[in-house]
Amino acid sequence: MANILGSGIIKGMAVTLTNLFRPSPTTQYPEQRLTVSRRIRGTQLVWSMERCTGCATCARTCPQGVIRIVTHQGAKNMYEVDTFEVDSGYCIHCALCVEACPYDAIFMGYNYERAKYRRNELVMPKSDMAIEHEQASGYYHPDIARTLPEQTLLVNWEKNK
Amino acid sequence: MTLRTEPFVINMGPVHPSTHGVFRMRVTLDGEVVVNLEPVFGYLHRGIEKLAEERTYTGFVPLTDRLDYVSSMSNNFGYCLAVEKLAGIEVPERAEYIRVIMTELQRIAAHLVSIGSFFNDCGAYFTPFLYMFRERERVIDLFEMTCGQRLLYNYMRPGGVSQDLPDEFMPALNKLIPQLKKYFEEYENLLQNNEILAARARGVGILPKELAINIGASGPTLRGSGIRWDIRRADPYSIYNRFEFDIPVGEQGDCYDRYRVRMEEMKQSLRIVEQAAKQVPAGPVRSKVPHLIRPPVGEAYSHIEAPTGDLGFYLVSDGGIAPYRCHIRAPSLMNLTALRDMIVGWKVQDAILTFGSFAITMGEVDR
Amino acid sequence: MNPWLNWVIFTIVILVFFLGSVIMFIYMERRVLGKMQARIGPNRVGPFGLLQAIADAVKVLMKEMVTPANADKVVYWLAPIVVFAPVLMVFAVVPFANGALLADLNIGILYVVAVGSISSIGVFMAGWSSSNKYATISAMRMVAAVVSYEIPLVLVIASVVVVSGSMSLNDIVLAQQNYPMLLLQPLAFLLMFIAGCAEINRSPFDLMEADSEIIAGFHTEYTGMKFAMFYLAEYGEAVAMSTIIATLFLGGWQGPFLPPWLWLVLKVFFVFFLMVWTRTTLPRVRIDQLMSLAWKFLFPLALINLVITGAEVLAYPLGIPWYFIFVNIAIGAVLVLLFSRLYKVGGGRVAVG
Repeated sequence: MANILGSGIIKGMAVTLTNLFRPSPTTQYPEQRLTVSRRIRGTQLVWSMERCTGCATCARTCPQGVIRIVTHQGAKNMYEVDTFEVDSGYCIHCALCVEACPYDAIFMGYNYERAKYRRNELVMPKSDMAIEHEQASGYYHPDIARTLPEQTLLVNWEKNK
Repeated sequence: MTLRTEPFVINMGPVHPSTHGVFRMRVTLDGEVVVNLEPVFGYLHRGIEKLAEERTYTGFVPLTDRLDYVSSMSNNFGYCLAVEKLAGIEVPERAEYIRVIMTELQRIAAHLVSIGSFFNDCGAYFTPFLYMFRERERVIDLFEMTCGQRLLYNYMRPGGVSQDLPDEFMPALNKLIPQLKKYFEEYENLLQNNEILAARARGVGILPKELAINIGASGPTLRGSGIRWDIRRADPYSIYNRFEFDIPVGEQGDCYDRYRVRMEEMKQSLRIVEQAAKQVPAGPVRSKVPHLIRPPVGEAYSHIEAPTGDLGFYLVSDGGIAPYRCHIRAPSLMNLTALRDMIVGWKVQDAILTFGSFAITMGEVDR
Repeated sequence: MNPWLNWVIFTIVILVFFLGSVIMFIYMERRVLGKMQARIGPNRVGPFGLLQAIADAVKVLMKEMVTPANADKVVYWLAPIVVFAPVLMVFAVVPFANGALLADLNIGILYVVAVGSISSIGVFMAGWSSSNKYATISAMRMVAAVVSYEIPLVLVIASVVVVSGSMSLNDIVLAQQNYPMLLLQPLAFLLMFIAGCAEINRSPFDLMEADSEIIAGFHTEYTGMKFAMFYLAEYGEAVAMSTIIATLFLGGWQGPFLPPWLWLVLKVFFVFFLMVWTRTTLPRVRIDQLMSLAWKFLFPLALINLVITGAEVLAYPLGIPWYFIFVNIAIGAVLVLLFSRLYKVGGGRVAVG
């Protein structure tokens, strides 16, 4: 069979024809949304003001050096954080800061739609990162991961269709 | 009357639809025939080796992702092995298994990209490419589930992996394996016996055995030439000596053989994943490693079988928190050195095909 | 009928048919290609993305016209028209129903072949004048391919002409009253399809636009409306070739129940579907293999086919009996099997001093 001219071509064409009748795994993004991973390291960092002690371990761990912390000595001999800023334009979202934080005060964000028009808008001040109104992702925090919806997987998709 | 003809020089790249990244070939053509070829690279040089000297040992892991960006897991693995060797860090059993599963899945994902883009260079208008990206998507979903990102995983750490597998991972993996097997079969039907592919790729771009050894080629490029050399067998690292797998080799070292080797390797990788998924024990995934690793003064070299070939990391420590020197042995770069000898005398179309059959990543070549 | 009225009506019909099918071809190609490649294809503009081609046309019209500094301006501007005009001219002899055609030339098919090959001059003009190395390579390839593939194409058409006994396309369609030529000439259909694909630069013979090697080929330097003309001509050639194949082999407008013009359209789209299907599946051949396929595979087979057809027509001058359908299919199969042994491609390294 193999040495008949055209038999391999016909075999290949059968494959493309079966694909013509198969549903496509493509989704139409803005209307159809897939659930992202519970551990997503998206385009955002989330920070808890209450837990942060201003020790700057995260800033020292950061391979890119994009975390900027300014503190002053407050009451009861504790640091108070004046500025906590992440330039997410330079951030590589490696999440090493999340792993390093000894007080679990910094998280990756669950949001992944943070496109901006200007570079300086990418600098996240602490108000943008507050855990009170930003959803944290479950990266390195299994307790948060459990509360998030399950990720859509392509391996499960075939069954449904 | 004789017409005066002269060869002309044409620049393929650094911006060209077929170059895999910013690679430039200065090709001298006589009609359609390539009479000379001069590879020019360095357009993507980011000085990663130098950057390593300014990062902590752990802090360099995310940057290794950016070497061969289609096989980030392998890069992480190679680097972490080197650090562990340098600092004498033990890795928990479970972490070893997770690492093997991840690297082998990564090998499948990377080979899918290589084969897909190889066919694209062949002129099969995006069909195999998109099919293979569909299957790569299945694998990448699992990576996303585990480490939160789809391309730059940054998953492994000196002393283990960053975090344990999620609970949904193993069921998904068990579903993935039969699905991949099914689709691999489909790929074989799609193009393996195709007459046009055979005419285009068989006997084209031959890398002879001697040349392959002399230039230090590795990975599918070397095995395509018929040399049974795989670091997983030749210098077993991690726990690879616990698994059963074959090393596929080609016959004559042409483009078709390199493609076949990749195809077979994916099946072998799937075999390893299957075995590892059954054996993976419970336990910790990360040994106690200080936040800032300070290895003793000395040097370490460790290499792994990355999808492109023999990926090596050479680290020198002066006792500080950052490597004194880091050198990366990039398999893509070594493989590329044979390009001229393989292409001269063939047509322009073969030049593109041969170049595509290496499946290089410019991130790794230029570093 | 008044010849002028006839002329006006059919010019309008041809223009509508041509532009309508080009738009539908572009849509169909992208949609089927997408479906076969496990994606969706254009689906945003209009219902099911039907207006995508129009949106693209509007976009292209808005684009800036760029002329390369070193270009041969006159030739550069003339080339798109030279490519486009002959494509439209082919339709003059295509029958949409019995006798419904612009000009019932008694040498209709010869006219199609002659006019159809003019556009390669336009392509060469484009490639040469834009002073781009990729474009030049592409233009050279184009000329070589078209010159080679014209010969098997004409030989195949000749065998059809021998069977039907006329060169007029209308008579050829009428000769397929009982069964389409496809059944009587299966090998010829195969050869015609391959040669036709090569003639109009469709994959797997799209060496002139091999995007992985020579960027976009001869129209690398073209922008805006000039590029659109090439694009239109490319699909126009596809429409023309599909129409010719449908007319010669699938019985043109003939068919039960439906009106004749609809049958023609359906058959044209079926042939184009085959072309899209091969484009999805097959890798591109190399230039020397393209030549060897034309001269070592198509040419001898077409010649043998012509001889066999001639013998059959001589033996049965009043019409070939129906059981020759099976004989011809068997002959075609044997010949393809034989050539599987004889015809080898591959290799081809040239010693470089």
